Amino acid sequence: MMEEKILTKHINTLNCHTLDFYLANGGYNSLKKAFEIGSDAIIEEVKKSNLRGRGGAGFPTGMKWSFMPKNPVDAKGNPKPKYLVCNADEGEPGTFKDRLIMSKNPHSLIEGMVIAAKAVGACRGYIYIRGEFFKEARILQSAIDDARKKGFLGKDILGSKMDFELFVYRGAGAYICGEESALLNSLEGKRGEPRLKPPFPAQVGAFGMPTCVNNVETFAVVPYILEHGGPKFASLGTEKSGGTRLFCVSGQVERPGIYELSMRTTLRELIDIAGGVRGGKKLKAVIPGGASAPMLTATEIDIPMCFDAMMKAGTMAGSGGAIVMSEDVCIVEATSILLRFYEHESCGQCSQCREGSHWLARMFVRIEAGKGTHKDLEMIERICSNMAGQTICAFADAVTGPVLSAVRKFRSEFEDHVRQRRCPQKIASRTIDAMEIDRGRAHV
Amino acid sequence: MALSKHIKDKLDKLRPNFPTLQALVIPALHEVQHETGMVSEDSMRDIAEFLNLPFMKVREVVTFYTMFNKKPVGKVHYQLCGNIGCWLNGSDKLMDHMEKRLKIKHGQTTPDGKYTLSKVECLGACGSGPVLQVNEDYNENLDVEKLDQLMDDVFKKIDAGENNIGRETYNPEVWP
Repeated sequence: MMEEKILTKHINTLNCHTLDFYLANGGYNSLKKAFEIGSDAIIEEVKKSNLRGRGGAGFPTGMKWSFMPKNPVDAKGNPKPKYLVCNADEGEPGTFKDRLIMSKNPHSLIEGMVIAAKAVGACRGYIYIRGEFFKEARILQSAIDDARKKGFLGKDILGSKMDFELFVYRGAGAYICGEESALLNSLEGKRGEPRLKPPFPAQVGAFGMPTCVNNVETFAVVPYILEHGGPKFASLGTEKSGGTRLFCVSGQVERPGIYELSMRTTLRELIDIAGGVRGGKKLKAVIPGGASAPMLTATEIDIPMCFDAMMKAGTMAGSGGAIVMSEDVCIVEATSILLRFYEHESCGQCSQCREGSHWLARMFVRIEAGKGTHKDLEMIERICSNMAGQTICAFADAVTGPVLSAVRKFRSEFEDHVRQRRCPQKIASRTIDAMEIDRGRAHV
Repeated sequence: MALSKHIKDKLDKLRPNFPTLQALVIPALHEVQHETGMVSEDSMRDIAEFLNLPFMKVREVVTFYTMFNKKPVGKVHYQLCGNIGCWLNGSDKLMDHMEKRLKIKHGQTTPDGKYTLSKVECLGACGSGPVLQVNEDYNENLDVEKLDQLMDDVFKKIDAGENNIGRETYNPEVWP
């Protein structure tokens, strides 16, 4: 398939992360154009592109930028500074695209952020990168230093009288800091607990100032939109979700990795492009948009990976990370593993989420061990209904998504665990020991 | 014991980047951990003093984030991902293997203080699982053979007295 690539065009070239390489391939031209056309026209162009937030929520980016107040003032009438924050706290299981952009194409992110800063009038930007990405943070920092030397950052950028400083800020290993208001708390040096909304970050964000938070990929495609125009970008995708997207495929496929494809691509095509299920096995389930998206069964995968179609199918496009599970996988155990993650990462601010994720995790371990009862399945539904939509942030909804879909769509598996008082799959896979391949084995 | 001059200088350089002093708490903790391998109560007090904050404002941050080691860790900190992407590719088998080889359970440090083994949740590299983080470095697409090779290499490096295993890209002059 010869599809247009935006972010991964030069990904296999040596030194593609350097400024020289970026400049040689038309880099920072969009920035010059941005200064020519001005803020309103930039936002208009991004609106036309149908670019939707790549972090998971799919909120239209142009609209988000237009929510930023024009000339905010504090109580005394002094002008308030505005901030721009890039969310690079990539931690959703199944998602690993931002790391690629930051290590192979950091200047597209920087250029995108400067353009965004021009559009919303921000004077300072922070890239909040997850703490474990030591190398990526260093690559990013040296890219920022290079850009500053050439005058793409700092004071009076390219003679436009605009000042913009960009800093890298490392997190410290908390999944919840990927939630934008938790991220802002963390950036201020506090515990990363989500804030009540409203007020939204566009009014009260980082350090109490109006702030615009976007994902790495969202910023990184902005230079392309300005260079080629919003309609061109929109035409690459579906009616309401423009452009291409970096899809991450992980789990039991032949060639896991990152694929830049149109938003029109269906989930089945995506899995085929990734080489199909490993070892010629049958597909059992897919989590289509990062771990917090409800699962889909093998018969439900003929839908495009855009935000609306996914929503219609009862799941979400999320961060675009498909986790593929073959017939060897025990869904109860897989969900139990996911729940262990959520139990560990719940920030503990709201009782529903703190207690709910803990009890769900314990119940799933029990069911997996063959000690569950039929009552447990009803209890799971009840716990979930007490969690979703009852908390400050969407974390609790993220927990219930995969859990409820697993219990509803693979109910027979849960019932087998209860009835047989053991994991049926474990016994089955032990008897076919010789056929098991080294990788991708469900049970050891 | 107060903060080292190196850390103080580095934090002073970072000061103008943020509108508040509190924002320097996490960078300060990262630096302390890099220098001493962990974050002790004493160093939390030092940071609080240096940044003019109540002690609790530092301590609550340390207890929230999993990356800060509240206990001493070995010279080499092995962190193996056990979440879904890596688990589907057999990380539980690797964990068994490492536990046997190091003769400790995950969450423990070897008695000679050389290795700590932890099981972590998602390192953000699911496409190349199983992933093992050795101090700062990611090692991807592992299987038992590659893991053995890697552990042999680390063993040799420790024997040779190397101090920055898995921290080769660290540059003391720049943040991060």
